[in-house]
Amino acid sequence: MPAFKAIVWAAVAVAAVVAPFYLESFWLTAGVFAMAAAIGAIGINLLTGATGQLSMGHAFFLAVGAYGYVYLAAEPEGGLGGLGLPTPLAAVLAVALAGAAGGLFSPIAGRLKGAYLGIATLALIFLGQHVLFNAGPVTGGYNGRPVPPLEIFGFVFADDPQVVLLGVPFGAAEKLWLLAAALLALAAWFARGVLADRPGRAMNTIRDHETAAGVMGVPVARYRAGVFVLSSMYGGLAGVLLALTFQQTVPSYFDMLRSLDYLAMIVIGGLGSVGGAVIGAAFVSLLPEVLGRYSEALPLVAAPGSGGFSPAEASRVLYGIAVVAVVLFLPGGLLGLAARARRALSGRLPHPSKSRSAR
Amino acid sequence: MTTFAELLLNGVSIGAVYALIALGFVIIFKASEVVNFAHASLLLAGGFIVAELHPRIGFWAALAAGIAAAALLGALIEFCVIRRSKAASHSVLAIVTIGVDIVLVTELTRRIGTDVLAMGDPWGSRVVHLGPVSIAQTRVVALVVAAALITTFLLAFKYTGWGVAMRAAAEDGETAALMGVRLSRVSLSAWAVAGALAAVAALFLAVFPTPGLDRTTASAAMKAFPAAILGGLDSTTGALVGGLIVGVTESLATGYQSELSFLGRGIGDVAPFLVMIVILLVRPAGLLGTRELTRV
Repeated sequence: MPAFKAIVWAAVAVAAVVAPFYLESFWLTAGVFAMAAAIGAIGINLLTGATGQLSMGHAFFLAVGAYGYVYLAAEPEGGLGGLGLPTPLAAVLAVALAGAAGGLFSPIAGRLKGAYLGIATLALIFLGQHVLFNAGPVTGGYNGRPVPPLEIFGFVFADDPQVVLLGVPFGAAEKLWLLAAALLALAAWFARGVLADRPGRAMNTIRDHETAAGVMGVPVARYRAGVFVLSSMYGGLAGVLLALTFQQTVPSYFDMLRSLDYLAMIVIGGLGSVGGAVIGAAFVSLLPEVLGRYSEALPLVAAPGSGGFSPAEASRVLYGIAVVAVVLFLPGGLLGLAARARRALSGRLPHPSKSRSAR
Repeated sequence: MTTFAELLLNGVSIGAVYALIALGFVIIFKASEVVNFAHASLLLAGGFIVAELHPRIGFWAALAAGIAAAALLGALIEFCVIRRSKAASHSVLAIVTIGVDIVLVTELTRRIGTDVLAMGDPWGSRVVHLGPVSIAQTRVVALVVAAALITTFLLAFKYTGWGVAMRAAAEDGETAALMGVRLSRVSLSAWAVAGALAAVAALFLAVFPTPGLDRTTASAAMKAFPAAILGGLDSTTGALVGGLIVGVTESLATGYQSELSFLGRGIGDVAPFLVMIVILLVRPAGLLGTRELTRV
């Protein structure tokens, strides 16, 4: 059904472009966060989902992207350093910087397996937090530092100067929404290309049987290190976008919980696919927003400090349960559920090889 | 020199506590090939039960209850989640334990809130003097208890039927099952033992000189991860070695903080991870871990 697929994609594209004209800024900001998270989740899904390398250090690469952009783009002032580069160049370099950080770690990433790699990458989080808190002139220490807005050909991604389009005032949220949607589309398109082609097959073979992959001529160590770098760059891009949305970088955001969030995203959405990463990212990042906004109307969720579950706690518990439930009952994640529903609707039996490669 | 001896002794005693946690981690990994990221929550649960119960039933009964509760919780996680999971990959199993951990830690920290809970231990803040070196009594008790528990465990692992079953399951699960080892039981008991060890560790992480059990106690358990890894994930003696290395590194780095100020504040918390990375660069399977050999 290629025609059907094209229609769906066209509808998604139209919805993404039209949304800023209709959604209020709360939902736009939440959406930008979700899209930034989706870019990061695609990266870690290439690494953990498709290649089978457990990484608990993804938040570190988000931090490299975010702080890299701030340092490169900001003018030096007070005790804070900065290079004052043009902002688009700073964004590109920040992504490259995250890739370089991944490359520096690749002697470890290429050699360690499974749990060893998982906990070695956990070290990145602790080292990263240490640097973020201590390297004051670069990172601003505990309070972080303000993020200069992105400016492309005089078009500034901030509330000021205000642009009015078709009678709708375009502030930072509206502009960033369009930017995030474009970047997410690009990131997803590229990752799909990687997964659908030769490298993707090599990555899946490494995940399923490393020795066999090596015997068949896949340069295993090189692939593992390469995917690690690629996933770091996705993390870096997500970090840049998050920094632009927050308008202030804070070190405590990039902690271990953030890394766990990203692992939860790909498990909930579906391991090893681009769509799964996007669905999981939307679920994990929108859940606290929804619970927070409607906390009065929801049973069990109470205002913070009143003894019940605060929205943040409720969302953590819910998504912890979601991770466990998905692994126990839906091995393909939410995306697998959608595929199953589609098959059930069309009355076709799943082909065994299909269900295998969909994982 | 006195400072050095003090720091070393403290490092060894806290290292013995890390070794308890790391040992639980390794036992679970050996028996069910799962990296248990929910270990921090087992620890926090055990400590929380002790802190909650001791005013009512006394310290020793509360400690016993805490140990039993953590063991039960470990067994429950194995029974309800790990056993039922059809996940093919070990990474996915590890991520499930992260899910379990998030649920348990969120609930426990919500209950603890901003409080610092006393453990009601009988040692208080007394200090033992060994010549010029002085050390908190709790540290001495921690060292003795941890050493006794680890020795008991290693002996049991070597000589009892349970230990043989465990080692057989770790060596080659399928063959062990064919020889009559009940893998599910081995795995269940491993989780229970690990939970019990974590509860004991929780006690010693929360007594003097630490102010008490609070929501950050679980993150102290994080240091047992590098301990287990740098010793070798599938080596019980490796857990011991790793625990001691991490404990001593942390103690020395914290103690000589002022001399190490160029590395930034709080270097003691990061030093174990640095040591781990250096060791992994040289030996990717840890100091005593089994190297995976593949013959083609």
